Amino acid sequence: MSTSAFRGTSDYIASPDLQAAVNVAVSLERPLLVRGEPGTGKTLLAEAVAESLGMRLITWPVKSTTRAQDGLYVYDTVQRLYDSQFGEGDPADVAKYIRLGQLGESFAAPERVVLVIDEVDKADLEFPNDLLWELDRMSFHIPETGETVSAKQRPVVIITSNAEKELPDAFLRRCVFHYIAFPDPLQMEQIVRVHHPNVEEVLLRQAMEGFYLLRELDGLQKRPSTSELVDWVQALAVAGVDPDTIVDELPFMGVVLKKQADLDIARRHMAIRARRAAMQQEKS
Amino acid sequence: MFEGLFTALRDEGVPVALDEWLMLHEGLERDLHESTLSGFYLMSRAVLVKDESHYDGFDIAFARYFSGIEPAGEAVDERVWKWLEENPHFLHISDDQRAKLDAMRDQLELDELLERLREKLENQEEEHHGGSEHIGTGGTSPFGHSGYHPGGIRIGGYGRWKSAVQVAGDRQFRDLRTDHEIGARDFGVALRRLRQLSTRLDGPATELDVDDTIRQTADHAGQLRLSFRRPRRNTVRVLLMLDIGGSMDDHILLLDRLFTAMHQASHFRDLQVRFFHNCVYDRVYSGVDMSPRQSESTESLLAQLDPDYKLVMVGDACMAPSELLAPGGAIDYRHMNEEPGAWWLERLEQHFTRSAWLNPHPKRWWDTIHGAYTLNIVRRIFPMFELSVDGLDQAVRHLMVRSAA
Repeated sequence: MSTSAFRGTSDYIASPDLQAAVNVAVSLERPLLVRGEPGTGKTLLAEAVAESLGMRLITWPVKSTTRAQDGLYVYDTVQRLYDSQFGEGDPADVAKYIRLGQLGESFAAPERVVLVIDEVDKADLEFPNDLLWELDRMSFHIPETGETVSAKQRPVVIITSNAEKELPDAFLRRCVFHYIAFPDPLQMEQIVRVHHPNVEEVLLRQAMEGFYLLRELDGLQKRPSTSELVDWVQALAVAGVDPDTIVDELPFMGVVLKKQADLDIARRHMAIRARRAAMQQEKS
Repeated sequence: MFEGLFTALRDEGVPVALDEWLMLHEGLERDLHESTLSGFYLMSRAVLVKDESHYDGFDIAFARYFSGIEPAGEAVDERVWKWLEENPHFLHISDDQRAKLDAMRDQLELDELLERLREKLENQEEEHHGGSEHIGTGGTSPFGHSGYHPGGIRIGGYGRWKSAVQVAGDRQFRDLRTDHEIGARDFGVALRRLRQLSTRLDGPATELDVDDTIRQTADHAGQLRLSFRRPRRNTVRVLLMLDIGGSMDDHILLLDRLFTAMHQASHFRDLQVRFFHNCVYDRVYSGVDMSPRQSESTESLLAQLDPDYKLVMVGDACMAPSELLAPGGAIDYRHMNEEPGAWWLERLEQHFTRSAWLNPHPKRWWDTIHGAYTLNIVRRIFPMFELSVDGLDQAVRHLMVRSAA
């Protein structure tokens, strides 16, 4: 292996599975497809990989209207027509109107870079297929200028997906795949500590308990993820909430649950719990 | 190498293709698995499996191929479990110590390891914690839990330093299988396929048509004329008909999820929803309470809707034979139907070019379930699919096939 192995960074905790997947993808020079629930740190992963391997990061955020062509290059026809009409610039020089997209840029870069194609499933179904050839060969042709852009160093390609759409098989076969599972409490504790190194032990433990309790509630529309917990711990710490009351009262619940319907479910759950506790107290 | 794993994976329904298999061998050649079984587990999973719903199948195949995992678990008798449960010791190990152990580990073959475990199970007389040989907790022996031994076998307790075969045996990805777990989101994914793009619809022309712009500009002697066209839109229209009440109550959660997914799938050009009870007759209902005030005649509905609507029927199709086959058989006694339900179903099926029936009962029950008689009649009228992620996926594919007409 030419580069050193990826082991996570000081503020990004990577599980051994994830480290293995990244390292396999980097050394086999295949795109790494990362899938997982929203909020499991897929996009952050690319930043962490770039940081830990000491490479530049190029981000290509995909939207529903993004086409594969946009990532290669854009030929600004309108500008050229405009220039030819009003005599500004030099419309004879086609190359001036060709702008490389993110994929093109990562090929053209003199050094090895990390390219993240973010949320690939947002785009049209055909989008990944349209990129197959370019990702395989790491080169493409620009007919307008007769130029071929090919990668000097094959970039490390990381592709993230929320699984909103299925991806084509031909595309999947060429990728190394990793599914980021939702962190278990042990990993979660590490992650929160990275963000809040000075958080009180008791507060963190209580907040985690409350968080997993909320997350496991039945019928939630949007289950809270890591970033919500991180924010919540922050809110609890700043407000100086008494840690012992956290699980019972779940203060600032709006930080964790974002939908009205979810909040209602949580309140109903709390009411039931309170009633049960009262009944038990009566008995004893 | 490892062809057995390849076949085992295919047996478990994990779609492994030859390219991926070659990729795995490329990885092996470069020693990306660092010559360990756990490294091999992680590498082969990353390379061979492309969908988290196949993680579980992969784990099963892996555990079976590097076999002997289950037998080890079963062979552990009560006595040993007791030692392990009653007095757990936790091993606190520093990174230095761990590295040392890693370096001097006697990476045993799994067979040998299991052989030794078998021996220990037979011969070990008492508890033994914190050691390096016997079954116990918090030690560096390969057997027991809460300790550390690279490539050991965990018995009970919680995984602290997981190693490959045991992790595979844990089957922690069981919940991600698509043939079990169905959420609105999964349905949504399947529904995305229901689309047919076309520019022929109405709407503002917002996309620059470069070819036409050039043509127009040339026609106007080089004076720039911008030409716009309408963006492509989905043309798929859907009529969703849901059986509610009665025997469908058991499936309410499943239906709720399908319904949510349908509504979230905002990409349909039109989505019509109607309700019926057990079978469709001359009237269909637009409200869940099925009050006659919110009903319309089935025929006028058919007249309104173009045959290119995709008809999706959802119901268990289990009812009394008379409900389907006899005039006046409707379950609602206020309702006197002149014609048997089956006729109405046929009428619906014939009106629409593509239709599908989704049944919440798993397919394997269809021939034996109470109500199988009517189910199979309905099945002859409509192409029937089970209401699971895979079934919906097939149904959607079926709906999207272009008819010859």
